[in-house]
This record gives sequence, C-alpha cells and structure tokens, in this order.
Amino acid sequence: MEYFIQQLINGISVGSIYALIALGYTMVYGIIKLINFAHGDVFMVGSFIGLFSARYLASVGLPPVIVLIISLIISMTVSALLGISIERLAYKPLRKASRIAVLITAIGVSFFLEYSGVFVLGPQAKGFPEILNKKQYQLFGSSVQVDSNQIMILVTTVILMIILQYIVHRTKIGKAMRAVSYDMEAARLMGINVDRTISATFAIGSALAAAAGVIFGMTYNSVDPMMGVLPGLKAFVAAVLGGIGSVPGALVGGLLLGTVETEISSLGYSSWRDGVAFAVLILILIFKPSGLFGKNVREKV
Amino acid sequence: MKKIGAIILTTVLTAALATGCGNNKNNESNAAANGGNAAAGTIKIGANLELTGGQASFGDSALKGAKLAVKEINDAGGVLGQQLELVEADNASKSEEATRAAQKLITTEKVVAIIGATTSTNTLGIVPVAQDKKIPLVSSSATNPKVTVDERSGDLNEWVFRASFIDPFQGQVMANFATETLKAKTAVIYTDTSSDYSKGLQKFFKETFTKSGGTILSEESYQQKDSDFKAVLTRIKEANPDVIYLPGYYEEVGKILKQAREMGITVPFMGGDGWDSPQLAEIAGAAALDNTFMSNHYSPEDSAPEVKTFVDAFKAANGDLVPDGMAALGYDAVKLVADAITRAGSTDATKLKDALAATKDLQLATGKITMNETHDPVKAAVVLKFVDGKQTFEAKVNP
Repeated sequence: MEYFIQQLINGISVGSIYALIALGYTMVYGIIKLINFAHGDVFMVGSFIGLFSARYLASVGLPPVIVLIISLIISMTVSALLGISIERLAYKPLRKASRIAVLITAIGVSFFLEYSGVFVLGPQAKGFPEILNKKQYQLFGSSVQVDSNQIMILVTTVILMIILQYIVHRTKIGKAMRAVSYDMEAARLMGINVDRTISATFAIGSALAAAAGVIFGMTYNSVDPMMGVLPGLKAFVAAVLGGIGSVPGALVGGLLLGTVETEISSLGYSSWRDGVAFAVLILILIFKPSGLFGKNVREKV
Repeated sequence: MKKIGAIILTTVLTAALATGCGNNKNNESNAAANGGNAAAGTIKIGANLELTGGQASFGDSALKGAKLAVKEINDAGGVLGQQLELVEADNASKSEEATRAAQKLITTEKVVAIIGATTSTNTLGIVPVAQDKKIPLVSSSATNPKVTVDERSGDLNEWVFRASFIDPFQGQVMANFATETLKAKTAVIYTDTSSDYSKGLQKFFKETFTKSGGTILSEESYQQKDSDFKAVLTRIKEANPDVIYLPGYYEEVGKILKQAREMGITVPFMGGDGWDSPQLAEIAGAAALDNTFMSNHYSPEDSAPEVKTFVDAFKAANGDLVPDGMAALGYDAVKLVADAITRAGSTDATKLKDALAATKDLQLATGKITMNETHDPVKAAVVLKFVDGKQTFEAKVNP
C-alpha cells in the first residue's frame, strides 16, 4: 500500500510537469487553432535563461528564494517577448493561409530554436543548480517520501491554472480572447484588437512554458538544447487527452498521463511505458474524440 | 515606404547572392588546388565522430586524442614518408548521420581508412558502408560484439576493427568486481533500452554474475532523454539489492544517480565507459557519485610509462586538460591505422586490412594490443571509483 502511494506521488509529480507545459499548448490552440510545436522549445529557452540568471544572481550572493523569484521573472519576461516575436514573424503573415502551412511553419520554428541552441550553447547537457535545497518529507513512518520540489511543482501548476482560468473568464483581455477564439472576423468588427489579443495569448503561453522550464531544470538538474522535444510531445499528448483547448483538461490530462506512465513502470513493465500511455490516449479518443474535457466546444480557451 | 523597403531588400539580396557566388567559385578553385597537393603528399584518414548531439562529449575527446596522434606521427616524419591528414566528419550522434558521413568521407574525400564512431550504435551505421566500399574502419570505442561480427549470419565483418575491448569483457569485469570485491550476492540491472551498447553490457554482466552464484533480482529499463526515474527507482528500492548495475550513458546516468541518492538508495552503483564524461559529476553532483564504480579502458592515474607519456603529451597539447578514456582510444585508433600502413608498406585497402588484422603486441596508450580472430583487441581493463566526484584508480583487470 505504501508502495502504491509512493508511486502515485511519483506519478503526480511527473504529471504536474506535463500539465504545466500543456497549459501553454492548450491556450494557444484555444485561441487560434494552432498546435504550436515550438512550445517545447520556448520551454527550453526559458530554462536556459533561468539557468544563466540563477547562476549570475547566485554569484552576486543573493538569498536562494530571491534568486528563484528574480530568475523566474526574467525567464518568463524574455520568453514572453520571444513568444510575441515568433508569432509576429512566423505565424502572423500566415494568418490567412491554410492551417497545414502554419503547422509546418511551427515545426520549422521549433527546429530553428533547437539548432540555434546547439549553435550558441553547444549540444552538451549543462547542470542546473537546485536553487532551493530539496527537503525530503517522510509520511506514514518512513515508508513514503515526498520532496519539497514535488510539492512545489504541483502547487505552482494548480496556482497557474487558476490564474489562467481567472484571466480567461474574468478579465477584459480574457473576454477578447474568447471572442477571437469564437469568431476572429466578428471580433474584429466589434472593435476588438485581434492582433494584440493573439500577442497576449502567445505572451502568456510562452511565459508559462518558461516557468515550466525553470522548474524542470531545478527538478532534474540538467538542461540541453533538445530538452524540449520529449516533454513537449508528452505535454501535447496530455493536452489532447484532456481535450485540447480546455485549461482544466490540460491539468487532468497531464496528471493522468504521468500517473499511467509511472504505474506501468512501477509494475515492472518499464519498456512498455510509452506504449501503454499512448494506448490510453487512443482508447480515450475512440470513446471521446474531443478529449476528456473537450465537450464545451464554444469556449476553447 | 513599403516599396522602397522592398527595393532596398532586393538590392541587398541580389548583391549578397552575387558576391556569394563569387566566393564559392574562389573556394572551389582553392579546394581543387589543395586537393591536387594532397594527392601528392598526404595520406587521408577520416574521423567520423560525434561532434554534436547527445554524445558530443565522447566525439570531442576522441577527436582531441586523434589529432594528438596525427601530430606526433607527422612530427616524427609521417608514415611511408608522407604526412597524415585527419578529415573530420560530424555524425551528430545519430546512426543514420554516421552512414552519410562515412559515404562522404569515402567518395568525396577518398580517405584510406575511417576511425570512429565512439558509440556502438553509431558505428553500426558505418559498418555497412565500410563493408560495401571495402575501406578499413577502426572504431575507437564501440564495445558491442556485433560491430565486428554480423549478428544474424555470425560472419566476421572483415573490414571492421576496433581499438577498445568488447562488452563481454566490461560486463565480466564488473560482475567479477561485484562478487569478489564488493561481496555482492544480489543485483538489479537498469538498462537503457534505446542503446545497443547498454543491452550488450547488461547481457554479459547477467551471465557472469549468475554463473558466479549471484542472483539478479530484477531487470529494469529506461530510454534516452527520459528525465524522471523515480517510478523504477522506487521499485528497485523495494527489491533492496546489494549492487545496481547501470550500463548507460552519462546524461541519464547522472540524473538517475542524483534521484536515487535523494530517495535514500545508498548501495553501490556500477557502470561502464559510457559514464566517462566530466558532465556526469556536473549533473549528478559529487555527493551522489560516492560509492559508485565504472569499468574503463584506461586511467590517467595509471603509473605505467606509456600512460604517463600519453597523458603528458595530451596535457601539453590541450591546455592541461586530463585525457579521458575516449581521448586515449581516439589516439590509439589513429596509431593502430598508422602502424598498419607502415607494416603494409602501402595504403592499398586490402593490404591495410590484412595488416590491421595481424596487429600483435602493439604498445599503445591503453595497453598492449593484439588483434584476435574477431578483430577485437585483447588487453587490460581498469575499474575506477568515484571519490569527491573524481575518478580514482581502483584496480587493473587483465583479460
């Protein structure tokens, strides 16, 4: 039983990282129906910016908590700007083009970021500082173990999801986003600045990716230019699983995917892990083609 | 305004294209002139290495070693009165890129032999090209047996050689080390299933460990680029083995060690030469590397004279950098080829291949090499222990 709970905790911590990345995916898809394949690479860029600012700030001698907060802010700001520029340069000129053209451009942007990373930073994996020292907490005697990072990831993901829900449903820009998502032309006719709304979407999505990147680096202590590929793919699966376009769906999809993967490994079938995870995806899509939370088609934010 | 911008842009682009073309032509004629000189005075050896990608650290070290060997040979007058020239080709740590790089080296650069790649998986991408074009291939550190012996037919790949020992030997060394020195009765093996190298070590560790009375409690697996290993590590912790054998590459190994120690798994971890990279300590942290052991081709702390000479020369050429195993093997691979060219008395591919196969008692940086009938060198291995994140010499094991 303790073994099961321990594995559940492991699964939830893996899943919260997927969910954190999936939030950005699902948000961009919700507004402009674009699967932004460069999202995983913005995650990578965010992680590197976090690494460099954390190294610098720590060398100046600031306390760890301040280092973390400032690096997070720097990384999220720079990535938000990066997201806006990607949208302006690569996607905006194609807004009237077919969706497949935009999709291929997104893959192109993804490769561009990856290999620019290799060119500038070198292909080697770099160590990432822990920033906040991990603390281990024992539950149920000493048989179940949770570390402070695992708790932090889940809490951060839930908080960011709530903020996102608030922005989308309670603020003016959120209303504009929902309007653009519903009908871009009609929104424009109603006096909504569509370009600015889409930029805001990309800025928020990229900032989320950057936050995920910094937290990922702190948890797994290694970053490299290709680090966004696999988590990006898994997060995409998580977003589809939960119903792409739905914010709570991204959280549930991420947690579900993480838990399923972990439980498969914990039963001793570690080589079947990805196979079973994708089989679950296929099964859910057979019975619920729009994903778990995909039924409210009118609000795809 | 837009129009003016467009006109300026077009002008700039056209100008760039025009000058670009001009430069290209110049380059081509230069290249042709160099090529002409090269044919007269140098012997070209191709280096098909991991200069970018996940195993770039290996390729980089091997290239440094190979360059040192070429420089030493050229300073001493070259081979058959000609200078050696090392032609670099990047395989991006991918098997299919290794194939392409090998084709380019043979058809465009006309190399007499290829050295590389550093990993078994990438070398297996080159093997078919070498066999097909009949050009000798000397891998610096591919340790999987099926690099030189075709797995399906059991036939020898007669054009393929290596400078390192093979997986059975690394697996055996660590299994014996576990039973004799660490007194381990039970073990768990945690393999990288996306790597032929890892699976090779796993198989032979298991055979030897079971034969000497040990029990394998479970066999687990992960894949390259995984980053969370806690699920399987929790399972391993439950099994509570005496040792854990982890024959993977440094990037994942670093993360696994770190997570395992955080979870309170304190038993020894053991691995092979895939651990050999400065990145390992950076990712795992020195504390997580306590009580871990790896088998390797050589140790810079070895007191044998040939090792000392090599280490000193390497440090002098690379700004005091201590050469790792990959560097030593890159060096040895070039020396093997040079020795064979000298004995063959020509760069004819068939003669060169026969000379390589007949290599006997050749003293190199990683030990005295004799090629056996499957083109695998028979030589000693070392076991290294990590102390404060640094490799220290633990034992030397003869074949």
